[in-house]
Amino acid sequence: MTEAAIAPAAAPAPLLTVRNLTKAFPIKGGLLKRQIGSVRAVDGVNFHIEPSETFGLVGESGCGKSTTGRCVLRLIEPSSGELSFEGKDVIALSGDGLRALRRDIQIIFQDPYASLNPRMTIGAIIGEALTIHGLASSRQKYEERIVHLLETVGLQADHMTRYPHEFSGGQRQRIGIARAIAVEPKLIICDEPVSALDVSIQAQVINLLEDLQQKFGIAYLFVAHDLSVVEHISRRVAVMYLGRIVETAPSRQLYSTPKHPYTEALLSAVPIPDPSIKRKRIRLKGEVPSPINPPSGCHFHTRCPIAKDVCSKEVPPLKASDEGHLVACHFR
Amino acid sequence: MGNYLLRRLIVAVPSLLGISLILFVLLALAPGDPFGELASNPNIPPEVREALRIKFGMDDPILVRYVRWLLAMLHGDWGFSFASRVNVDTLILQRIPATLYVVGTAQLLALIVAIPVGVLAARRPYSIFDQIANTFAFIGFSLPTFFTGLLLILIFSVNLGWLPFVYRADIPATGWMWWWENFKQAVMPVTVLGLYQAASYTRYVRSAVLDVIKLDYVTTARSKGLDESKVIVKHVVRNALIPVVTLVALQMPTVFGGAIVTEQIFRIPGIGSLLISAILANDTPVIMAVTFVFACLVVLFNLIADILYGWLDPRISFR
Ligand SMILES: Nc1ncnc2c1ncn2[C@@H]1O[C@H](COP(=O)(O)OP(=O)(O)OP(=O)(O)O)[C@@H](O)[C@H]1O
Ligand code: SF4
Ligand SMILES: [Mg+2]
Repeated sequence: MTEAAIAPAAAPAPLLTVRNLTKAFPIKGGLLKRQIGSVRAVDGVNFHIEPSETFGLVGESGCGKSTTGRCVLRLIEPSSGELSFEGKDVIALSGDGLRALRRDIQIIFQDPYASLNPRMTIGAIIGEALTIHGLASSRQKYEERIVHLLETVGLQADHMTRYPHEFSGGQRQRIGIARAIAVEPKLIICDEPVSALDVSIQAQVINLLEDLQQKFGIAYLFVAHDLSVVEHISRRVAVMYLGRIVETAPSRQLYSTPKHPYTEALLSAVPIPDPSIKRKRIRLKGEVPSPINPPSGCHFHTRCPIAKDVCSKEVPPLKASDEGHLVACHFR
Repeated sequence: MGNYLLRRLIVAVPSLLGISLILFVLLALAPGDPFGELASNPNIPPEVREALRIKFGMDDPILVRYVRWLLAMLHGDWGFSFASRVNVDTLILQRIPATLYVVGTAQLLALIVAIPVGVLAARRPYSIFDQIANTFAFIGFSLPTFFTGLLLILIFSVNLGWLPFVYRADIPATGWMWWWENFKQAVMPVTVLGLYQAASYTRYVRSAVLDVIKLDYVTTARSKGLDESKVIVKHVVRNALIPVVTLVALQMPTVFGGAIVTEQIFRIPGIGSLLISAILANDTPVIMAVTFVFACLVVLFNLIADILYGWLDPRISFR
């Protein structure tokens, strides 16, 4: 696959390209735990991420954001689709190739309490990756590197010998970030890294992530269900609904001129700091349908305020409306 | 840590005193006493019996007798077994090695089976292996040891004649033969007790591993590029075993209790069968001493469980 065909000609070659990514989890039931169906958690997702940029991925709970992120690292095996990282076919990797991929791509999780092994010291947690990838030639270098990493994320050298439970949520998230950048990755998948934190601490962590991006040129796949957080940090944003991307656009454009009815509804729920601007609140009817048995055609047609007959019959493709602005809707 | 230990041991004293008092009173109130047998023996005149009762202070108030027992105990005098005509401590010390040998080996077997099976089952929940393991675990702890014990005796001792069905503390052999005989006679009791324990431990290990394996730090470990086997050992098993280790320690007294049945079936001259024969013979000093030893075991293993927990889990601190 040539990268030029995917990215616009002027843009740099993408770091990561995701094509038609699909992940169906089997549902087992009954006495013998036989497969009785499947959840299409990710259903034909397309996007690309350029070096050193932040790509936001937003959507309601259960729409498949985490699954997408994990598939990229092959922490979950995709059911089908293509993944290419720096031109390498990620799906075909195994053994050393996969280990190398897991140096170039790292992941940070939402829950700062569950993401650090309680029986390992901070030094061991950060250092483990250095050992795996042979990044420290001596004990002294190893320790220097850990101290340096801790200081880079705003922690102190003497934190090295402590255990995770001795830290606050925000500090733990910093430890997770130090661990992720230890192996000098090119891409970090941030799976709702600030959702579990207090608002004041959220800003600190986001600023830290932005600083690190400036310093080391790391790209982020930034997953969130909070649109305002994503707007602040992302260059481009994709909106997901029930396993599919319904709209992708440069961040500012998505927020100023959303095209997809679902994006419009999501944005109408975001409070605007300036009280002189009024936005019409669009209330969606009904609940998010089950991904086990998603609606036919456009997944959104059961809740869409402008749905027509064709919507329940044909799947709208994700197509360009403006430069870099893609929408999956028959009427937009 | 030293402070904590000291405090725990001091706290243990009143509970052991309480337990021993209750035991003593219960045994004193229970019908029958060591001299009951003498009453039906026509060769012993009633005067002699009365003299013995007075000599041993059998008719004093219960509390007086309890204090006497306690003081003697503290001086290292565990009493005298009327049935065996030896000191109780000698008797217990004779019986303990066989019990420790069988129970200890059985526990080892249980863990050697349960940990790998539980971990493998949890690695792929609802897989064929998991379902087979679950089924066996279910059968394993549904079958009482007296049933499986008798079944094994029937097959391997009676029908095949491969293994002895009476356990002997005094094997008339030396050198390698002694070890071999000892091994042969331990096979069945250790298997019965070990697999029974393995069945319940397997389920604990499985659910503990299932709890840990889905946590983000395990995914993190994978995303660092660590090999799956190392992820399982270093990040999953080491954390999952924290509750299992505690559980095993807490179960030890129960295991000793359960071993009583196994000792009866295989006629192992251990501490459990000592208790049973003492109960049958109304040998109060022995019953008192053995049950008190069990009570001490409960307290001791509770303490061991807490210490292990704190040692394994850095989140716990001793204060
Ligand atoms: N291992 C699994 N087995 C079966 N179904 C799964 C599994 N993991 C996720 N799913 C299902 O896939 C769908 C998408 O899950 P995913 O975790 O990707 O959502 P998400 O967008 O990250 O949601 P959230 O905002 O709550 O984190 C959900 O319906 C979920 O129930
Ligand atoms: S395709 Fe139809 S249902 Fe889907 S968003 Fe567009 S109008 Fe709504
Ligand atoms: Mg998620």
